[in-house]
Amino acid sequence: MDFANYDPDGASRGREIISAKIVVAGGFGVGKTTLVGAISEIQPLTTEALMTAAGVGIDDSSKVPGKETTTVAMDFGRITMAEDLILYLFGTPGQTRFWFMWDEIIRGAVGAAVLVDTRRITDAFAPLDYFENRKLPYVVALNRFDDAPHYELEEIREALAISPDVPLVMCDARHRESVKQVLVTVVEHAMLRLQAEHGYPASVG
Amino acid sequence: MEPRRDPRGALVRPYAVTRGRTEPLQNIALEAVLSSTATQSAEARFAGHDKYRISSVCEGRAQSLAEIAAYTRMPLGVTRVLVADMVAEGLLTLHSAAPATGFAARMNLLGRVLSGLREL
Ligand SMILES: Nc1nc2c(ncn2[C@@H]2O[C@H](COP(=O)(O)OP(=O)(O)OP(=O)(O)O)[C@@H](O)[C@H]2O)c(=O)[nH]1
Ligand SMILES: [Mg+2]
Repeated sequence: MDFANYDPDGASRGREIISAKIVVAGGFGVGKTTLVGAISEIQPLTTEALMTAAGVGIDDSSKVPGKETTTVAMDFGRITMAEDLILYLFGTPGQTRFWFMWDEIIRGAVGAAVLVDTRRITDAFAPLDYFENRKLPYVVALNRFDDAPHYELEEIREALAISPDVPLVMCDARHRESVKQVLVTVVEHAMLRLQAEHGYPASVG
Repeated sequence: MEPRRDPRGALVRPYAVTRGRTEPLQNIALEAVLSSTATQSAEARFAGHDKYRISSVCEGRAQSLAEIAAYTRMPLGVTRVLVADMVAEGLLTLHSAAPATGFAARMNLLGRVLSGLREL
């Protein structure tokens, strides 16, 4: 039997379930997995993609026998918001040599939060460059580590040359309420951007 | 290619299960959600071990492609090939195949996500 188009009464379809995705980006060890774990309803999960060491392509290793393969891990969490709505949070692989994976991770996302460790501010240059050259709405979240020097938000905005229309917030990636606020900021910013693109005056309900 | 050591300890050759195929029938997004009914799951029993495992993960609970890969401990690329096959075979139902497009639909989705977050 050919099942390809076999759906006599649409019974298998049920109600449509929609998923949305927010990306948590940033350099190595800035707290991405911690942030996802602080709000996810499941322990952050990891999925692996195979690639050749040369990074010629994801999961393309079988075509180049003999080439060394390596796996890129990305972790993610889930928030089931309604029976028909699931939000996924995807962390990007932190190591810079895996940044080609980011294109796949951000595709179709609502927006992104770029996490910055205030002890290593210059590590944020490359992730910020990446998002400046993409269409995806993003916000910058400063993850305050206990031993980090204190900076004013505006000092950091200037140091990182963050455009005035990009929201900049302080957060603690370990705390659910703080993480929730970061994600709310991402979605509100995405709504404002979408409205602006369609010529609406800025306001989020 | 070297066999890959599976975290459970078994040796698996990731591409053996897709017979070396790396191109999925359709490029399912990481967050695209799939589900399987009891009937579909029963049919998947005859579709081979890996497809049956995928089907079991999705039975009664919608799971994203990324979750399926994580729970079955298969690499993402292999999972995507198998899942796309299963959608074509009617063994899995793919939800939200087309993400919200158009201003009103996108605003509506963002608004729902925003209130969902605020209610957490
Ligand atoms: N004090 C403090 N520690 C944190 C905070 N966020 C993360 N950490 C710690 O920093 C370390 C790195 O955090 P991860 O969440 O693993 O960072 P990551 O960005 O996922 O790291 P990679 O995936 O390896 O790039 C862990 O030991 C965390 O416990 C924070 O807000 N405050
Ligand atoms: Mg991590």
